[in-house]
Parts: sequence; structure tokens; C-alpha cells
Amino acid sequence: MSIETKEKEKTEDSPLPKRSEDLLLNMGPQHPSTHGVLRVVLDLEGEKIVKATPHLGYLHRGVEKLAEVSTYNQVIPLTDRLDYVCSMTNNFSYVRAVEKLLQIEIPERGEYVRTIVAEMQRLAGHLFWLGTQALDIGAMTVFFFTFREREVLLNMFEKICGARLTMSYYRVGGVDQDLTPEVIVQLRDFLKEFPPKIEEYNTLLETNRIWLARTKGIAYISAEDAINFGLTGPPLRGSGVNYDIRKAEPYAAYDKVEWDVPMGKNGDTYDRYWVRVQEMKQSARIISQCLDQLPEGPFLADLPKFTLPPKSLVMSDMESLIHHFKLVTEGFRVPPGETYCGTEAPKGELGFYIVSDGSGKPYRMKIRSPSFIHMGAFDYMARGYMIADVVTIFGTYDVVMGECDR
Amino acid sequence: MHPIAEKVRSQFPQAFIESRETLGELSIQIRKEEIVPVCRFLHDDPDLSFDHITDICSVDFPEDQERYEVVYHFYSILKNHRVRIKARVDEEDCQIESVCEIWKGANFLERETYDMMGIEFRNHPDHRRILMTDDFEGWPLRKDFPTEGKGWRNSFDEFLPRPDEEGEEGLGN
Repeated sequence: MSIETKEKEKTEDSPLPKRSEDLLLNMGPQHPSTHGVLRVVLDLEGEKIVKATPHLGYLHRGVEKLAEVSTYNQVIPLTDRLDYVCSMTNNFSYVRAVEKLLQIEIPERGEYVRTIVAEMQRLAGHLFWLGTQALDIGAMTVFFFTFREREVLLNMFEKICGARLTMSYYRVGGVDQDLTPEVIVQLRDFLKEFPPKIEEYNTLLETNRIWLARTKGIAYISAEDAINFGLTGPPLRGSGVNYDIRKAEPYAAYDKVEWDVPMGKNGDTYDRYWVRVQEMKQSARIISQCLDQLPEGPFLADLPKFTLPPKSLVMSDMESLIHHFKLVTEGFRVPPGETYCGTEAPKGELGFYIVSDGSGKPYRMKIRSPSFIHMGAFDYMARGYMIADVVTIFGTYDVVMGECDR
Repeated sequence: MHPIAEKVRSQFPQAFIESRETLGELSIQIRKEEIVPVCRFLHDDPDLSFDHITDICSVDFPEDQERYEVVYHFYSILKNHRVRIKARVDEEDCQIESVCEIWKGANFLERETYDMMGIEFRNHPDHRRILMTDDFEGWPLRKDFPTEGKGWRNSFDEFLPRPDEEGEEGLGN
């Protein structure tokens, strides 16, 4: 951290020189509580924040430019690297946008598997958030507890698709592999154990005086301002606005199961924490209902022009080999057009705006990332609070810089 | 014609160019001079009430006369409907009015559009680059910007002193 000070003029009439300083404090990009490489320049008056200027771009990798020279299938692994804590939801959002352009139907089992895995990812994301937010504020035990459950989920992801973080599991037309009976048994066991675990975290936080003092009334934003800033996800619902894309524009299997949208009232950090904890309970509800309803059938659409053939067929069947070759070298062609498709990611509305010119590569792909838009409200929400609250405010957005900078 | 497009056309007949409905999404093409009045109308009108800003971005069409297309996505939480507003921007006069006065969330999105495509937003409160460094040259998402860089890295040798070099600038001394 570098510090520049500028002493204020001393007032003549006070007997003792009253020292008050304006401070320009640089925080980050290398700071453990900035969740990556976020840099903020803070104008301070004593310990109070007068102005906070976020400097973004330290993790900018030009994903949108890269997408313009990649085939549609090659973009899926790129989306993994956006929000690397919840990579499945990025895949989901992207493939939905492409499917909308292609206007293809997904088999029912595929939709259910997608919903289950997306909600598992939401659990993993919120557990990660809860642990790190508590750690930033000073409660270390919660971190160990939430990461214990997250580990179980990551092990299941490894069984589902072979990777733990950058999964690339979703495909245009469905998913890469089916859920095995073994995973389903494990998932059911996990869901049985999970609700008491949430109570366990709550006993550590809900009535913890330090937690309450550090979160109640911190980073307040009213419903009107939250909407005006374009906030989505828990930061918006924490202010009492009922907007969840899973309800507003239902997709996958969300309209076939029963669940509620938890909403806060006060629009402060505590309410956003409460919303996320309730969302975990709702996610568990959604998963268990989806497992009960899980239909039999294919998990990937039977569209040889768009979906890669099974590996076992590629070396034995001529047609499959041709399709495989064509899809890998040229990619599939997408009819000219444009679409915006938003998906409810754990952090908010993750949207892809894709313009197609009819070739095998996107002409333009814009990622509407919630973290980036939430950072736009950072200055507004941080003003007037203490410098120690800055880490709480970073945390309350659940900001991941990979997604923010793209 | 879609009722939202009809409403915009009747209110701003001189600004309205065309409207299109594809894949269940409405997009309205307008003249860039009228972007602020149209957006204010979309935001304030009780039947439309597009209070939530979803996205602002731009698309580059090098062959077209008006080369850049600024694309706005708005959503109404009250009415649960979306709209896409498009305005074409010329290369010679590469600027458009900012909508930060209407949606505060437009601030970062417009800065990103400027950073990536070089379209200036007039009356923007904090008009700077956002993702690239301040001294970066060029606009990365323009179609004429090369994917593999402009060769800056090939000339790094000129700036880096070599340990084996003699003289004041060598690291070995």
C-alpha cells in the first residue's frame, strides 16, 4: 500500500493543533481480501471513505476478442475461465445463447441434469462466498466448515466430468456425460446431511456480535438505486426486489419444481448474507425434486450436425468420423442473427449477447458479467463507511475478477 | 408491429428507423442524435418503465457506411419485458450521447464500450479507459485490430537492459 498525505490547514482558534488528514490510499491489486487482482484507490478523511475508485483490468484476457476467432465449441472452455469459482453456470449461460440462435430442443433428461448441476454449482459458489466473506471479516472457523462441504461437491463434479474447477461440462444440445447412479446416490446422501450443516454455519454467524456489527447496516443500497445501477442476483434481492431470471423467464427445469425466491428487506450486507444462505436451502430443494423427477432418456440432443458423436463411434463408424472431423475443424454454422440470453448465475444475471454472421465463429460476443456491473456501484456503496468495511463491501458482491475483467 | 416499437415510433417519428422481432426479442433501430430522449422516454413512461439496465455494447461492421452499432439492452422489472435499442455511429463522428443521467449503471458499461471500440460518450462523468491501461493505443475489439497483437513484444529488447551488456544501463554493474 502506498500512502500520500496532505495535511489540512490548522484552524487558528483551537488551542491544540487539530490534525486531520486527507489520505489517498492504494489498496491492491495484490491484497488477500480483494479476491484476485482488484485495485481500489481510496480517498480517505481520517478513516472515512470519501471516494473509492476501482481500477479494473488486471485480469483482462480478451475473451470477447478470442471468441471471434474460435468456433462455437471452442468458446466453451473459455467461458470456464470467467467466473472460475462457478464455471458450470458460465458454460450453461453460453450454450443457452447458442441454442437460442440455433433454435434446437434439448432432451428432457438433459434439461434436468443441467438444472441439477447448475444448482450444485450454486451451492459450491455460495459456500465459497460464505467461507471467504467470514474469513475477510475475521471468523475463521466458517471457512473450514464451508470448504468441507464444497470439497464433497467438487469430488462429485470430478466424478461427473473429470474436473474440479474448469469443467466444460455443458455442450450445445445437452451435456457431455450422463449422471451415473453412483453420483446420484452420493448426491442424495449429501442433500440429507446438508440442511443441518447450514444450521451449523448459522450458529457461528447469525447471532455472532462481531458478525452483526460488521454486516448490519453496512453497504446499504435502496431498491431504486439497486435497480438503477443494474444490480442483479443477491445484491438486488437483498434490497427487496423480486427479480430472479429462473422465475421471470423460466428455463431448463426450473418451472417444473417448487421453490421460492428469498428476499431481504434492508439492503445491507447482512441481508445479502441472509439471502445467499436461504438460496442454498432452495437450491437443495430444487436438486432433490429434480432427482425425484429425473426422466430416463438421452442427455444430449440427437443432432449430428451440432453435437460431437460419442468417442466410441468415431473410430468405428464412418458417418461419425466425418461429423467429428467437420465439427472439430470447421465447427457448426449458426444462422445469421443476434440474441441476448441471460441466466441466473450465483453472482447475478450472466448474459451472452451473440451476433452471428452465418459462419462457424461468433461475429461478436459480449459477456454481460454481474461482477463488472456490481463494481460500478462500488463507489456509491462505499462512501461514508470506514476503511475496514472496504473488504466487507468487496465480499458482499461476491466479486470474482476473472468474470469482472474477462 | 410490437406495441413497444409502435409507442416509440409515435412518440419519436423522426428518430425511429425500424423495428425487428427475431427469436422473440424486440430490437429498435433509432438515430443516434435522439438516444437520450428515447431512453428517457423508455425509462419514465409508466407502460414501458425500463428501469433496469442490462447491458451496453457495440458491434463493428467495417464495410458499412455507419461503421459502429451501439447496442443497449434494457429490462423492466415491473413489466417483465426486454428491449434492444440500436444506434449507428459514423467513423468520422465517432461519438454518441451518454445515458448515465438516466441509469447510473451505464457509467461502467459506456466506459467499457469506449475502451474496447473507441466510441466516445459525450457528457460522460468519468470518461476514461477501464480494462486496458490509460496509455494503451488502439481499440481492441475493432475488427481491424489484429488478434495476435501489434508486435509490441518483438521490440521489448530495446527497453530491457541485458545483464551481459557493459555500461551504465547494464544490470551487472
